[in-house]
Amino acid sequence: MMHDATEAWVTGQLALNLLAVDPAGLGGLHLRARSGPVRRAFLDGVPDALKSARKIATNIQDVQLFGGIDIAATLNAGTVVMSRGVLAEPVPLMLTMAERCPPGLAARLAQALDAGRSQALLLLDEGCDEEESAPKTLTERLAFHVDLDGLRAVDLTEMALGPDDIADARRRLPDIAVSDDMLALMVVTAARFGIDSLRAPLFALAAARAHAALSNRSEVGEEDAQIAAQLVYAHRATMLPQEEEHEEQDAPPDQDEDSAPREDERPDQDDPDEDGDTGGQTLPQDMLIEAVKALLPPEILSALSQKTAGSSAKGSGGAGQRRKGNRRGRPLPSRPGKLDGSARIDIVATLRAAAPWQMIRRAQTPDRTGLLIRPSDIHVKRYQEMSDRLIIFAVDASGSSAMARMAEAKGAVELLLAEAYSRRDHVALIAFRGQQADLILPPTRSLVQTKRRLSGLPGGGGTPLAAGLQATAELARRAIGMGLSPSVALMTDGRANVPLPGRTGRAAAGEDAEQMAAVLRKLNIPGAVVDTSVRPRPELRVLAERMGARYVPLPRADAQGLSRAIGAAISD
Amino acid sequence: MRQPFPFSAIVGQEAMKQAMLLTAVDPGIGGVLVFGDRGTGKSTAVRALAALLPPITVVAGSSTNAASVADQPDWADPLPGDMHEIPTPVIDLPLGASEDRVVGALDIERALTRGEKAFEPGLLARANRGYLYIDEVNLLEDHIVDLLLDVAQSGENVIEREGLSIRHDARFVLVGSGNPEEGELRPQLLDRFGLSVEVRSPTDIQERVEVIRRRAAFDTNPQAFLDKWNPEDAIIRDRILAARASLPGVETTDRTLHDCAELCVALGSDGLRGELTLLRTARAMAAYQGDSEVTRAHMRAVAPMALSHRLRRDPLDEAGSSTRVMRTVEDVFA
Repeated sequence: MMHDATEAWVTGQLALNLLAVDPAGLGGLHLRARSGPVRRAFLDGVPDALKSARKIATNIQDVQLFGGIDIAATLNAGTVVMSRGVLAEPVPLMLTMAERCPPGLAARLAQALDAGRSQALLLLDEGCDEEESAPKTLTERLAFHVDLDGLRAVDLTEMALGPDDIADARRRLPDIAVSDDMLALMVVTAARFGIDSLRAPLFALAAARAHAALSNRSEVGEEDAQIAAQLVYAHRATMLPQEEEHEEQDAPPDQDEDSAPREDERPDQDDPDEDGDTGGQTLPQDMLIEAVKALLPPEILSALSQKTAGSSAKGSGGAGQRRKGNRRGRPLPSRPGKLDGSARIDIVATLRAAAPWQMIRRAQTPDRTGLLIRPSDIHVKRYQEMSDRLIIFAVDASGSSAMARMAEAKGAVELLLAEAYSRRDHVALIAFRGQQADLILPPTRSLVQTKRRLSGLPGGGGTPLAAGLQATAELARRAIGMGLSPSVALMTDGRANVPLPGRTGRAAAGEDAEQMAAVLRKLNIPGAVVDTSVRPRPELRVLAERMGARYVPLPRADAQGLSRAIGAAISD
Repeated sequence: MRQPFPFSAIVGQEAMKQAMLLTAVDPGIGGVLVFGDRGTGKSTAVRALAALLPPITVVAGSSTNAASVADQPDWADPLPGDMHEIPTPVIDLPLGASEDRVVGALDIERALTRGEKAFEPGLLARANRGYLYIDEVNLLEDHIVDLLLDVAQSGENVIEREGLSIRHDARFVLVGSGNPEEGELRPQLLDRFGLSVEVRSPTDIQERVEVIRRRAAFDTNPQAFLDKWNPEDAIIRDRILAARASLPGVETTDRTLHDCAELCVALGSDGLRGELTLLRTARAMAAYQGDSEVTRAHMRAVAPMALSHRLRRDPLDEAGSSTRVMRTVEDVFA
């Protein structure tokens, strides 16, 4: 259906227009789309009010953001030259490659949004999988989310809203009234979709007012509320509203009647309310709920479960990400370099570099006093640093790894976890069973999360060892990219019987597993293969060798022993 | 800069508000840790508190908010000594702030253009006599955290680097907030915070509606909203000032000390910091409530926030530690 495909497009355009009307109140828009004609067309449709958006990249330095001394210009001019930061005046910002936004930048931008120093932020997020997304700190502070994946450029139509419409709406905006009922309705709707944050209803309210202003209404009506709820709530929903309509919906009106002042404010509406049974009160709420539901992503259940599951995938990497840093660790000799705010200047080395040239430079510029230092003299300090460890547990959750072994593996993971907690290691958990491997827990330091995921680990099915190894290698590679040093603990009984997709048969399963083991070896990370089968098997020893990992047979392990053995194997 | 939301208009979150007010009464309690979900008004409360607190008198132009010319550090340029009032400083420490920005560093600008060795104060200097707010404190890089702890404990920032040897006062109340789902705080750091509170999104619909209603009113017409709530804020401010004045006179009986010790032993908290903080917080509570003596009621009120983060933590324990504290309090005081 063309209608479905363009739905995201239309709502996205509408969101953009609303944002142009009330940039400060709505925060911004999180656009998830790969770079391409669709995204370009979407951004072409940005209203003029937001066209002036300053583009910033994720590697922007503090000096560029907040302003500061322009070192190179200062040295050349001989007087202090200050540069103005992007945040010096409230302008709309556009952050490209937002999925790679480091937590530090996210925090600064969030702070700017909170303080009203940035007017509307457009996040261009090119993340390709669920884990790869713009930081939650930022998306939480933006009203809208638009996902353009799967759209084709030919389907798209232009939304016609002239700059005058926007300007008019902006003028009308301060006078738009919101009835108290409508406000309560927004809050109740958010709660019924399991949206905890109170920013959501505020955004919905602002969106409804902006929409009313655009449609030239003086008060927020049902249609405004409906559209606002769709735009703001659909991507934040964490659960579907309960379906037991009658019990559920009798409750809110009951509460309403308890609060006396609110009833007093609108006595005229009391009568139809009572006459029409629950109808008068619940109808708009129903409409809102239905409206939001209509816009929920199609594979709602998986999306919802992933949302709760992956809720902190990004943030958790926080402290580990900047570990390639040049600001601490073991000092290395300083090098000539540029002062870009991320490196520290080595004053002594800089002066030493400048010293021999003083006579010559003085002759060139006789009117300048003091030391004559050129940008090329600047040396920056360098440090070498150990990065954080990440332990990846790849657990065989197949039927053959009997349930008892599963319990042992869980126990061992918990013990190692407690140890990792005290050592500040990160932990990730991959489980493979049936046809595929799942990243149950993205790298995190959070015990709370790990515990929860671990206890919900399902079991049964075949042993897709190859897929498990593949997922492990994938995660390890990503972790290295984030500056972590991963190590792998693979727990399996070695009976690989499910090959990678596209092949069949037990033999293929074994071959695939060995191939993936070789891939892992190329990453050159320490690891241990824990044999959980009742009798140790030679195949696994071979596999461990291929992986370049240590082989730990544990025919009769308890959690303690398992934990000790793995700890010893991967710590060197 | 936008006007902050008035403190008295914040709906619910009583524990968090109480903890912040107590540190305003006695900054020596040593910091508040607020852990909880996003969008629960953590940042709002901190910024509101700054606006609520009485202004401080500082030497004009002082980079460390010195209270008198004598307090002005010797490395700073001499000042004429005019005094003026500034709002209580609340300094944000963003994630990823470099060590230079936090503690201060050699003033590169002056070093390079004028060839002078001068010190450029960092965030710690600006936070002196005020608050230092760290959002997402659990994601802060470890070396910055260590450094902060050290300064917060000693009240003095010592810089020994790049040929500088400098110290200045840095007495501030550390306010940290974060979401435990994104990573834990090291136990060493937990213990250094005086108080800790957990905040949750309100589940009561009426309360949520009220939050939104007030916020919407504030956003549409900030001035009218502020006019409405300023008298309320003034009442709290007066209470804080009165409590500060009466704090030294609050009596502590031997029985109270005994109660403190017994409570901490029963809970098995490490070290003596638990007792000290509990007592100090209870005294501040008594002063805030206008009482002249610390009673068990005060201790009961502050025990969860003063002790819940000091329990020897079973990393795999899921029950909230606040409830554990309350249970023990009831047992001990029975």
